[in-house]
Amino acid sequence: MIDYSSEFQQLAKAYELSGGDPANLTASDAAILLVSGNRVLLEHGIPGVIIKSQPIENGVKTKITVKKGVKLKSPIHLCFGVLPADGIQNIRAEFIIEDQASANFLAHCSFPNAAQVQHIMHGKVKIGKNAHAEYDETHYHGPDGGVDVLPVMKVFVEKGGSFVSTFKLIQGAAGKVDLEYKAYVEENGSVEMNTKLFGKKNDRIKVRESIYLDGQNAHGLAKSRIVVSEKAQAKVLGEVTGNGPHSRGHVDCMEIIRGQQAKAEAIPKLLVVDETAKLTHEAAIGSVDKKQVETLMSRGLTADEAANVIVMGLLK
Amino acid sequence: MLTLTNVTLQKGDRKILDHLNLTVQSNEIHSILGVNGTGKSTLAYAIMGLGDYPIQEGKILFNGQDITALNMTERARLGITLAWQEPARFEGISVLSYLNLAQRQQKEKTLPAELLQKVGLDPKRYLLRDLDSTLSGGERKRIELAAILAQRPQLAILDEPDSGIDALSIEQIKNVILTLAANGSSVILITHHEQMAAMADRSSVLCAGKILKTSIPEEVTRFFRNHCQPCTHVNQPETEGG
Repeated sequence: MIDYSSEFQQLAKAYELSGGDPANLTASDAAILLVSGNRVLLEHGIPGVIIKSQPIENGVKTKITVKKGVKLKSPIHLCFGVLPADGIQNIRAEFIIEDQASANFLAHCSFPNAAQVQHIMHGKVKIGKNAHAEYDETHYHGPDGGVDVLPVMKVFVEKGGSFVSTFKLIQGAAGKVDLEYKAYVEENGSVEMNTKLFGKKNDRIKVRESIYLDGQNAHGLAKSRIVVSEKAQAKVLGEVTGNGPHSRGHVDCMEIIRGQQAKAEAIPKLLVVDETAKLTHEAAIGSVDKKQVETLMSRGLTADEAANVIVMGLLK
Repeated sequence: MLTLTNVTLQKGDRKILDHLNLTVQSNEIHSILGVNGTGKSTLAYAIMGLGDYPIQEGKILFNGQDITALNMTERARLGITLAWQEPARFEGISVLSYLNLAQRQQKEKTLPAELLQKVGLDPKRYLLRDLDSTLSGGERKRIELAAILAQRPQLAILDEPDSGIDALSIEQIKNVILTLAANGSSVILITHHEQMAAMADRSSVLCAGKILKTSIPEEVTRFFRNHCQPCTHVNQPETEGG
C-alpha cells in the first residue's frame, strides 16, 4: 500500500525547497491541488472554486473553475512533483476563470531526486470577459538536472480580460526545458508572459512565447530573462502578431552568458497584420553588464559577487 | 590622503591624463573644474581603478599605500568609492537591497530610510522600488549619493553629482557633500559648475589631462572663467594667468 502520508511530507518538503510555504498546503481557506506522480494527494476546493481531477495514464487530468464574479483573495495553490528518480508526469490542466472573476495561481513543481523524469504539462487557460488571472509557476530541481520539462500552455483571453504568467526555473539544474506558451487576446484584453530560467551544466532550454493580438486595443508582452552558464544552451523565440486594430505588443528578451561554453540565441518575431497595430522588440545577449559589475565593485563587492547579485536580480 | 604623481593614461594615440599631479588632503572637499572632454571622468575612473582605465605611468598613493596595482574591489575596501555620473540601472534589485549592499562591510549601519531622507527621497515611495529604468536619472543620482553615504568612505569621488539635477535640489546635494565631510570623508567633487566648485576647501582646474592650477575656490574659479570658457590655452604651465 502507498504511504500517502510520507509522500505528502516529502512533497511538502520539496515544495518548501522550491520557495513555497508548506502551511499553504494545509490551509483550509485556500484552494489546493497536490499531485505526486499520477496520484492526487490533496484536492481542496473553496466556495467559488471548483476543482475536479482524475488520474490518467502517467499523470492527472484536472479542471479548475473560478466561478463568475468571484474575486479570490488567497491564491490557488498547485503542487506537482515526482519524488522517485525515474518517472513520467503528464498533467492535463484546464483553468477557467469565468467573467469578472479574478484569481492568482501559485504552482510549484518539484523533482528533487530526478535522474530521468519527464514532466509534461498541457494547459488550457480561458479568461472570461473582464476577468483576470495570474499564473506563477516555480520549479525546483536537484543539482544534477535529469528532468525534461515540457510545458505547453494555450491561453484565451476574452474581451477586457487580462492574464499574467511567470515561469521560473532558477534552483537546481533545469535539464531539458521546452516551453511553448501561446495566447490569443480579444478586444481590450491583455497578456503578459514572463519566463525566467537559469541554465547550468548541460541544460538545453528552448522557449517559445507567442501572442496573437486578435482584438482591437489588445495588448501583449512577451518577456524573457535567461542566464546560461557552463555548457548550457538556450534558444528563445518571442513572437507577437498584431491582428487587431490599434493592438500593441512588445517582445523583451535578455540573455546573459556566463562561461566560455554556454550558448544563447534570441529570435524576436513581429508580424503586423492590421496597419494600425504597433509592435516593438528588444533583445540583448551578452555577458553581465560591465557598468553594473563595476558599480557594485566600487561598493566593495568582488567581480564574482557582483555578477551573482546582478544575475539573481534579473531572475528574481 | 591621496597623491597622484605623474599619472599618465593614454587611449590609443590620445593622452587623456598627461603626467597629472594632484594631492587631496584628509577630510578635504576638493573640487575639480574642467570643461567637457578634458579628462574629469577619466581621472575619477583612474583613481577608482576601473579595469579599462589603467595608468601607463605614474603612481597613486592612498594613505601612504601604493594602490596603483590594486583593483576596484581592493580600493573600495580601503575606503575609496565613486558616485557615477550616469548611475547604472539594475533590474530586480531594489533600492533597499542596493543601500544594504553598499554598507554590508560597515559595522555600524544606517537605516536605508534615513539615507533616502538625506537625499530628499521619500522612503515610502522609493525603498521597495527596483533601481531600474522606471526611475529617472535624477532619482538614480540621489540614490547613488545615498549609497555613498551608506558606505562611509574615506574618499568619495563624486562625478558631476549636480548634472541632471534640478536647480532647487542643488542645495540638497551640497548638504549631502557637507554631511560626507562632517562624517570624516574626503571628497573629490568633479563638476563644471563654478557655484558647486565654490563649496570646496580647495579646487583644481583640469585641462587636457593636466592639473593647471590648485588653490582656494575663488582663485581657481576666476582662473577657470578667464581661461577656460572658452579655452584660451591648452595644457599651459600652472603659473599662467594665476
